[in-house]
Amino acid sequence: MDEFDVVIVGAGPAGATAAYLCANAGLSVVVIERGQQPGSKNVSGGLIYAQIYDEIFPNFWKDAPVERTITGHSVVFLGDTAATALDYRAEASAPHYNAFSVLRAKFDPWLAAQAEAAGAMVMPGFTVDELIVENGRVCGVKAGGDELRAQVVVVAEGTRSQLLKQAGLREAYSPKDVSIGIKEIIQLPEQTITDRFQCLSADEGAAYTLVGHTGGVQGGGFIYSNRDTLSLGVVAKIDSVYKSKKQPHEILDEFKSHPFVARLIHGGEVVEYSAQTVHRGGFHLIPQLYGDGYVVAGSAARLLLNNVMTLRGMDVAVASAAAAAKAVIEASGKGDFSAAGLASYEEYFKATSVYKDMQTFKNVYPLLENDRLFSTYPDMVCAIMEDMFSVQLQPGKKGYRALRDRMKDHDVSLLNLAKDVYQIGRGVAL
Amino acid sequence: MKIVACIKYSLDASEVKVDAASKELKMAGVPYKVGVIDKHVLEMAVSLQEAYGGTVHAITVGPVSAKESFREALAMGLEEVVLIENPLEGQVAPDVTAVVLAEAIQKLGDVDLVVCGEVSDDGFTYQVPPRLAEALNMPLISFARTAAIENGRLVADRDLEDSVQTVSVPLPALISVVEESNTPRRPTLLEAMKAKKKPVNIWNVETDLGLSAADLQQKAALEKVSAEGVVVHRKRQILKGDDLNALSNELVDLLLADHILEGGA
Ligand SMILES: Cc1cc2nc3c(=O)[nH]c(=O)nc-3n(C[C@H](O)[C@H](O)[C@H](O)COP(=O)(O)OP(=O)(O)OC[C@H]3O[C@@H](n4cnc5c(N)ncnc54)[C@H](O)[C@@H]3O)c2cc1C
Repeated sequence: MDEFDVVIVGAGPAGATAAYLCANAGLSVVVIERGQQPGSKNVSGGLIYAQIYDEIFPNFWKDAPVERTITGHSVVFLGDTAATALDYRAEASAPHYNAFSVLRAKFDPWLAAQAEAAGAMVMPGFTVDELIVENGRVCGVKAGGDELRAQVVVVAEGTRSQLLKQAGLREAYSPKDVSIGIKEIIQLPEQTITDRFQCLSADEGAAYTLVGHTGGVQGGGFIYSNRDTLSLGVVAKIDSVYKSKKQPHEILDEFKSHPFVARLIHGGEVVEYSAQTVHRGGFHLIPQLYGDGYVVAGSAARLLLNNVMTLRGMDVAVASAAAAAKAVIEASGKGDFSAAGLASYEEYFKATSVYKDMQTFKNVYPLLENDRLFSTYPDMVCAIMEDMFSVQLQPGKKGYRALRDRMKDHDVSLLNLAKDVYQIGRGVAL
Repeated sequence: MKIVACIKYSLDASEVKVDAASKELKMAGVPYKVGVIDKHVLEMAVSLQEAYGGTVHAITVGPVSAKESFREALAMGLEEVVLIENPLEGQVAPDVTAVVLAEAIQKLGDVDLVVCGEVSDDGFTYQVPPRLAEALNMPLISFARTAAIENGRLVADRDLEDSVQTVSVPLPALISVVEESNTPRRPTLLEAMKAKKKPVNIWNVETDLGLSAADLQQKAALEKVSAEGVVVHRKRQILKGDDLNALSNELVDLLLADHILEGGA
C-alpha cells in the first residue's frame, strides 16, 4: 500500500494551495478531486481578491486565466422597479490589483497545475468516500475503491463537507448558518460587456452587489463582468428560501426580471446554471481547525467573510490553507502529526488579516437576518430618491419630509429605523 | 499477443448547439474528449489482453494538446498511448487517418490484433476500420459484440441488427466493436495513480512515420458542402376527451392517415 506524507481532499483554492506549499517543501502530496477536472464542479461568484493570492503566487494574474481586472464596485438597492446605486470607480488599474473576476472551470485547473508543477500528484475524477480513522486518529482516506494512507489529511472539500462529521470528528452544521448560491453564466459579446459596464477596455470589469428584489428572501445578488460572459447570481439564506416556498430558479428569475438587471443582461444567452450551498461564515462560527492526523481549511471549515459589500471565500480559503500548510510542514519536521503537533495552524491562522477581518466584521451577522434590509429599505430608498428627483405640479418636499412619508408608506417606525441604522453602523461602518 | 487499440480524441457532439435563426452549428467552445465508443474499444482490448496475455498499446491521431486526456485510458491497463500529431489543419479525412494509423501499426511491429470502434463519436463516417484493414491487409470483423481467440483465430459475434453472425478469421486481424459490446471498467484510484507514470509518446508523421505531410494534405481534400441544423416541425396535436376507447381510435386513425402506421380495417 502506498503511503504519502499528505493526502488532500479537494482541489479547490484551499486544497490546491495546501498542495502547492507542502509539495514545495518537499513533502509527498496527493490531491483527490471529485470533479472530472478541478473546477468542473465548483460554483462561485468569481471575484478573487488578489492580495492574498499574490503572496503565495506572486504576479499570478500574468499567467493565470483571470477574466477582467475589477475597477468598478457598486452597491445597488433594487426597489420594485427603480434602482439606487452607490458607485465606486478606481481610476487606474495597476499592480497590485484589488480584485479579478475568474471562471472557476478555468481558474481551478491553473491552481492545480501549480501544485503539480511543485511535485504534488493531482487525481481528478475520484471522490473521497470516507476518512480512515484508527484510535481517534485520521490515518488516510478511502477513495475510488482503494485506501490511501497518509501522515496527515488536509480536509479541503468545500461547503458540502461531510467527511469529518461522518467520522464523528465534528458536529453537524446548523441549516440556519447555510445559504444557497444560485448562479448563471450569461454570454454576451466582449465589447457589449465593456460598454455596458462602462469600462475602457476588455481587461477592465465591474462588480455589482445588489440588495432587494430577491423574492423577499434574505439574500443578495451579484453581477460580475467576465471577458465575454457575466456571472450573475443570488446568495440567499436557506431557511429563508425554504420559508418562501420558492424554487431557487424562481428567485433567480425574479431577480433577473428587475429592469436594472434586465438591462445589463439584455440579449445575453444563459450558458450555465448551477447552485451550491455556501456557508454564511462568521467569526462566531469558526470551528476547531485540526485534530489528530488532520487539518481542515477553506469552506470545509466554513471559513467565509460576508460583509454585504464583499463576499470573500476564495481568498479566505487560500489564507487558511497557507496557515495549515505551514503547520503541516512544521509537524513533518518534528515527526509529530498529532493534534498537539498541528496546533500551530490555529496560531498562524489567527495571525492572518483574514482572521482579523472576520473579527472586525463579526457584527454584520444580525444584519443578514434583518428582513427590512432585503425587502423594505431598497424600495424605500428608491422611493425617496424618486421624491428628490421628480418635479411635480404639487409642491415638493425636503429630504426629511420625504423620508417620514415614505417610512409611513413602508410601515417603518422611527424606532425600527434607528435600530437598523445602529445595526448597520455596528456591522459595517463603526 | 500485441494488441493495438485505435482511439479518438473527439468533439463532444452532445455539446454542439444550433443557432435557432441561422441553423449554423455553434462549434466555438465545444469540448473534446476521448470518445464514448473508445472506452468500449479499450475495454475490449484490455479484457482480451487479460484473457490471453500480452500488451495493449493505444494509438490516436490528434492534437498534442490532447496529451493529458489519455490518463483514464492509460489507467484502464495500457502500456502506452502513441499520439500521432495531426499533420493537417482541423478535421482529418478518414482515408488519411487510415494511412497514418496503418503506418504507425507497422512501426509498432508484430501486431496480432487491432481493435477499433465501429464509428467515431464525432465524424460518423464508419470508414476507418475497413480502410485500415485494407491498408494493413488484414481481415476485418466489423460490428463485433464479443471477441475471443480460439486455436489462434479470432472468433466474434457480429451485430447485424436483425441477427447475430458468428465468424472467425486468422490472426493478425482487425475488429471493430459496437457500444453494446461491454461495460468499460472504471479504473481504481491506485490504478490511476500508477498510470500517471505511463507515457503518452508523441510521434510525428514525417520524422517518425516517414510520410509526407504535403501528400496527406492533398489526399485530404474533403469538400464540405454544408453542415447545418435541422428543424423538426412537430404537429402538436392534442386529443381531448374522457372516452379512452374513442381517443385511442382517433389516435390510430391519425397515425394511419400519416402513414406512420400501416394496415387495413
Ligand atoms: C454563488 C456563490 C458565489 C460566490 N462568490 C464568491 C466570490 O465572488 N468571491 C469569493 O472569494 N468567494 C465566493 N464564493 C465562495 C467561494 O466559492 C468558496 O468560499 C471557495 O470556493 C472555497 O474554496 P475551497 O477550496 O475551500 O472549497 P471549494 O472551492 O468548494 O473546493 C472544494 C473542492 O473539493 C472537491 N470535493 C468535495 N468533496 C469531495 C470529496 N468527497 N472527494 C474529493 N473531492 C471533493 C470539490 O469538487 C471541489 O473542487 C461564492 C460561493 C457561491 C456558492
